[in-house]
Amino acid sequence: MALLECQHVTKRFGGLVAVNQVDLQVEPLSIHSVIGPNGAGKTTLFNLITGFYRVDEGSILFEGEPIHWLSPTHIARKGIARTYQNIRLFGDISVLENVLIGMHTHLRSWVFEPILGIRHFLDEERQAYKRAMELLEYMGIGEWAFFKAKNLPYGQQRRLEIARALALEPKLLLLDEPTAGMNPKETEETMALIKRLRDDFNITILLIEHDMRVVMNISDIVTVLDYGEKISEGTPEQVRSDPRVIEAYLGRGAATAMAMATSSTAQGD
Amino acid sequence: MKTQLRLMFRAGLIGGLIALHLTLVGMVEALNKREIIEDIITLGQLLLMGVGLGTAVYALGKLPRERRTQREGWWVALGAVSVVALILGLLALAIKPLNLRFMFQNASPALVRILTFDTPGVLGLVKLWAFLLFSGALALVYLYIPQPWDRTLSYAVGITLLMGILRALVAPLLPDIISDFLFTPSGLTQIGAVILVVLWVLFLHYWPDFKARLETWQKEAQTPQGAPIRRRLNIAFLVAILVLLLLPAILRDKGSYLFEVLDMVGIYIIMGLGLNIVVGFAGLLDLGYVAFFAIGAYTMAVLTTPELPFVRQYIPPMNFWEALPIALLLSLVSGILLGVPVLKTRGDYLAIITLGFGEIIRLLVISDLLKPILGGAQGITGVARPTFGSFVVNESWEYFYIILVTIGIGIFISTRLRDSRLGRAWKAIREDEDVAVAMGIDHVSAKLTAFATGALLAGMAGALFSSRLYSIAPHSFNVLISINVLCLLIVGGMGSLPGVVVGALALVGLPELLREFAEFRLLVYGAALVIMMLYKPEGLWPEKARVSRVAREVFGDRLKTLKVE
Repeated sequence: MALLECQHVTKRFGGLVAVNQVDLQVEPLSIHSVIGPNGAGKTTLFNLITGFYRVDEGSILFEGEPIHWLSPTHIARKGIARTYQNIRLFGDISVLENVLIGMHTHLRSWVFEPILGIRHFLDEERQAYKRAMELLEYMGIGEWAFFKAKNLPYGQQRRLEIARALALEPKLLLLDEPTAGMNPKETEETMALIKRLRDDFNITILLIEHDMRVVMNISDIVTVLDYGEKISEGTPEQVRSDPRVIEAYLGRGAATAMAMATSSTAQGD
Repeated sequence: MKTQLRLMFRAGLIGGLIALHLTLVGMVEALNKREIIEDIITLGQLLLMGVGLGTAVYALGKLPRERRTQREGWWVALGAVSVVALILGLLALAIKPLNLRFMFQNASPALVRILTFDTPGVLGLVKLWAFLLFSGALALVYLYIPQPWDRTLSYAVGITLLMGILRALVAPLLPDIISDFLFTPSGLTQIGAVILVVLWVLFLHYWPDFKARLETWQKEAQTPQGAPIRRRLNIAFLVAILVLLLLPAILRDKGSYLFEVLDMVGIYIIMGLGLNIVVGFAGLLDLGYVAFFAIGAYTMAVLTTPELPFVRQYIPPMNFWEALPIALLLSLVSGILLGVPVLKTRGDYLAIITLGFGEIIRLLVISDLLKPILGGAQGITGVARPTFGSFVVNESWEYFYIILVTIGIGIFISTRLRDSRLGRAWKAIREDEDVAVAMGIDHVSAKLTAFATGALLAGMAGALFSSRLYSIAPHSFNVLISINVLCLLIVGGMGSLPGVVVGALALVGLPELLREFAEFRLLVYGAALVIMMLYKPEGLWPEKARVSRVAREVFGDRLKTLKVE
């Protein structure tokens, strides 16, 4: 059974159909990439999965249960965490607290426990602090724990956002263009990191990327969106050679030229 | 050369305009009655001196540092001050022939006498010029004093003058013998001024050494061998707290005015702590906060007053302690009730809706319909005072203790919540509500809890307020209270607990202290606020990225290896 399943999902904004009859099946423990040119509806799809937009038609199932009618809070509690294309950290609070907020759903205290200083609450907090620090160290940003998040260098901010999402202990992690604004070397590191995340945390990763070359090496399955519609799906090799994909990226007539180019690079490797 | 000339005239004109404004609104003349230092300088003259000094500082500030002490610096600074003198001189000359008083009623012969130092003719104008040259030269002299004496000396003079201005506040705190020696009924004696300057210079000079020694002690106390030092520090700390606690009882006869001010500051601190949770922590801009203050105050008043026959048919008057829990409960519930409809709104919209809520409560209170219950426009008198057995809390300084305890509870709750799961949820909502929700935070209950906690503290402040004043009236609960509490948060620094205290002192305490400026109080107050916000936009005591108690406990020594801002 697929972990996440989108069935004929459609979303309209006025006359614009942002996502049109998209089917998507994300298998457990896979790295699944959604690629497509800018404006293809990738981020809209994420917002539909996480409940920020209501689907107009179709349904979204997580572990076999429909989730498209749930609020974002409850979807997060089911075990779906995400990052954002334009990093959205809690800027004015410390890096450590950002991760602690990610743990919110796994902690229990509310008003009276902290005021009365109940032992159970203090134990829970100590555990949480330790685990938050472990996560930060795993991501290699432990030394920044007491910085305000907004004062971190850019690359570190991306890492923090992933750490915060991991703190939720998600079953499915949605990454929205995790390499945006990175140079080729950083991009490569990030991709290696994503692969490690899947193995170390036993999670499924759904990834958005507009630059298709980036995801080819690590993806199990690639789905290609264009103008809100799914135009291709399969292993990276299948997708790479699909003429419709090349057309969507480079325009009509480029398919043949591109096919030649890719075959020559493949030989070069 | 040309740029220097332009700078000189620009500084002079700005200074001149400010001086014109201060004289023509009547400030100089009104404040001239107060001698700050006996037979030497009045508050009005001090004001003009401040303008001269400010003009010179402004002009010098525009010059490169190394050129300030050269001939150029002297020239520009004194030139600018001379322009101010010229403008004031022209004013003094023009008042009579042009009949300026027709338009500016403060342009009186008395003002001319002040500006010309009671000297008729050209000599008077020369005196004015010399006076301003002197104040401008002070800025230049400052540049020649070697460090660190320049700072020490100027701070000492500044603090001494401030003590003279705030004489009404400072003098009663000292034993009569000392205060009679240092102070006149309107300011400082000459000898007193000299003594105070010397004392302050000494204090400021040795303070850094003392502070450094304290810090080394504190560091030693952290080490394993530091147990005796630790014990001594703890004792010193306890003694300091004890003295602070006993101070009101010691000073009660001398400063009843002081305690009236402090009580008001304290009530604002309680409200500030509450609103700090709502706005500072959770980021919910609430402009109707006064509503909860009013609900607390009116519940206390209605339940305890012997008046209001309509209510008394059903409930006999309660005492303070019986009414308090009901007042708190009602404000808590109303906090939640206000919270529910505004859950979906953010930012500006939230502010406007809450503003409306505040007005609704005020209009209900003032309405004729509810007059039998809430007393209408006349309000309610005969509110109960807190009692402990047969002891009735009556005086301002006695209330101060109750207020102090409440502030303590408020600070305790705020700190505990700030570093908890709930506090983090609030902060997450403040920073980015969408992301907070995507992290699985239940924003509905987090927001309602914030509104409820904030309302609870406001209700407590209201109950204390009505009891202390003995009577309440609707006009005490207008929207200005909400604005004031919000302002004190901004002035102190959003989200910062010490900021609430500092903000309340600055915002509620300052206007009381500024009574010295009589009808110009609000003018000075406004100017002070503008200056404060220009130079410290993040607040007087902004919140830093803190290391919480649990973090210190969990990470211990490892904290030292981490980067901390």
